[in-house]
Amino acid sequence: MSAASQDVATRNGIFARALIYAVLILFAVYYLLPLYVMVVNSLKPLDEIRQGNMLALPQQWTIAPWLSAWSTAQIGVQPTGLKPYFLNSVMMVVPAVALSTILGALNGYVLTKWRFKGDNIVFGLMLLACFIPFQIVLIPSARILGMTGLAGTITGLVLIHAIYGLGFTTLFFRNYYEAFPTELVRAAQIDGASFFQIFRRILLPSSGPIIVVTVIWQFTNIWNDFLFGSSFSGFNSIPLTVALNNLVNSSTGVKEYNVHFAGAILAALPTLIVYIVSGRYFVRGLMAGAVKG
Amino acid sequence: MSFLKISNLYKNYGQVEILKDINIEIDKGGFLVLVGPSGCGKSTLLNTIAGLEPITSGDIAINGNSVAGLHPSKRDIAMVFQSYALYPNMTVAGNIAFGMEIRGVPKDEREKAIKQVADILQIGHLLDRKPSQLSGGQRQRVAMGRALVRNPQVFLFDEPLSNLDAKLRVDMRTEIKRLHQRMKTTIVYVTHDQIEAMTLATKIAVLKDGLLQQFGTPAEIYNSPANMFVADFMGSPAMNLLSARLEGGEGGLNVVLDRPSDKPLALPIKMANGALGAYSGKEIIFGVRPEALTDPDGADRNAKSLAEGECLIEVVEPAGSDTFAVTKLGGKEVVARLRADAAIHAGQKTRLAFNLDKAVFFDPKSQLRIA
Repeated sequence: MSAASQDVATRNGIFARALIYAVLILFAVYYLLPLYVMVVNSLKPLDEIRQGNMLALPQQWTIAPWLSAWSTAQIGVQPTGLKPYFLNSVMMVVPAVALSTILGALNGYVLTKWRFKGDNIVFGLMLLACFIPFQIVLIPSARILGMTGLAGTITGLVLIHAIYGLGFTTLFFRNYYEAFPTELVRAAQIDGASFFQIFRRILLPSSGPIIVVTVIWQFTNIWNDFLFGSSFSGFNSIPLTVALNNLVNSSTGVKEYNVHFAGAILAALPTLIVYIVSGRYFVRGLMAGAVKG
Repeated sequence: MSFLKISNLYKNYGQVEILKDINIEIDKGGFLVLVGPSGCGKSTLLNTIAGLEPITSGDIAINGNSVAGLHPSKRDIAMVFQSYALYPNMTVAGNIAFGMEIRGVPKDEREKAIKQVADILQIGHLLDRKPSQLSGGQRQRVAMGRALVRNPQVFLFDEPLSNLDAKLRVDMRTEIKRLHQRMKTTIVYVTHDQIEAMTLATKIAVLKDGLLQQFGTPAEIYNSPANMFVADFMGSPAMNLLSARLEGGEGGLNVVLDRPSDKPLALPIKMANGALGAYSGKEIIFGVRPEALTDPDGADRNAKSLAEGECLIEVVEPAGSDTFAVTKLGGKEVVARLRADAAIHAGQKTRLAFNLDKAVFFDPKSQLRIA
């Protein structure tokens, strides 16, 4: 009798499992469809797209749209392709991510292991930065960039992104270090290690997961940012997102959809790669500190 | 001259007084154990000695020099933490050498010191491992190694054995004692386990609610507790503390204990001292440890003041080495400790011997010891 009921249970289990997989596959297809359309159409000549079948595979495969998007397409008035703007974005993102991550780690370290009077108020104020809509700070930021002479430069963009990333990076690191045993810091103090030695030798080596989380988060946000990029960039510091917009909105000549698709994929590629390479740490890191022990 | 001297130490967190007027002195090579229940301030006191927490007022001096206000690394101390606090990213050797590395000790000297400490603690084969690959007892040894290698003036131990299982705890306790006898370094040791305190200490400080209850040798603390808290806290099973009356009788004072189903039990005290006389006719608390309450055959023959009385035994608990018997006196359960093979049965009346040399008397109001 118990064997029979077990049988039923197993059969029900298989059925439920099949249903779950079916639903998941359906969702995955649904989400992957736009990417499929972009990839397929970026590899077609323009007249194949004009025939109207967006979902069909290319009859004639070509990488010409990719080459064009990278180096020859018309961006605004210049036929430079996305290449220089891609480099702008890299030069903006790398220092901004590094700066905000390091400062966030230091903030988290101080807020958990070197507590001072009113530390929770300071942390609360920093948290507020996570909730401020960035449109509110556009004008003050522009004013500060103007006063410091950084308006329209990549340095200026790095500064703005680093500052507005601090709220999140501080939150991440504070919560992570909150669960970090304080006795380790005390042991290091007795061993004679200084403030920065403790940070570098004791805390940082144990911060791998949260560093990955912060870097992914910051990289994605800053790379994808359009608002600050379009507001504060000058002629020589336009980031990729703004350039992509200019590419798609160039109104001279025909709309080269295949080039636009290729450009959009190029713009999304770095964040995709970062996520694929280190994504498995992401969930782990987000969960760390949430559950003690 | 005292080696470690804590004088008039106060510690506040905001409005809350954590430590109140602590005065402790120990000699060089002494083993001071701070003991008390959770939240009594013993760990805070240790942290103030380490310099990990500032003091509000008072002074701490090591070897005649005040260390109050000095950074922990400048106090010439080493500390073993409750969680061992081994640096997880470093090997055992790296953990032991970290302090020397920070101080810029040359590599060959560091290695010599590591080897020496590893030999003492027999952890030579573990030096290349990470802390996560060690068992609890091994981590404990490494934590001690990290402290030993500094060769400090004072060792501080913060409940170092509380994370070990019972058997290992006893082994490590012996090992710490052996280490202390060998190194002859001054040690301050925090624990809530009164057996650890008794076995290890040369001096015990009992704390409660931030107040020093009593400071003395283990024998003083055990035999002459300053108040009812110390009497109750130290010793296992705990001292029997019973409501009683002192009454004058022939040849001196009697301790009179009420019994639920019998006439009161009167125990004559032969060696009553003057302080007790003042309480004649008054209520007192009569304290007697289980081992001072035995079957007449097992009683201490050298005791000067021995009294016997018939008691109704309610429960018998054989524990192998001893037999514990529970009776009721003065409205409370009383535990007596008898020989393992004492002929005793629950529900029967049995003669018990009270060793009044070892008995103590407390004032019920102030809870302080009278005699």
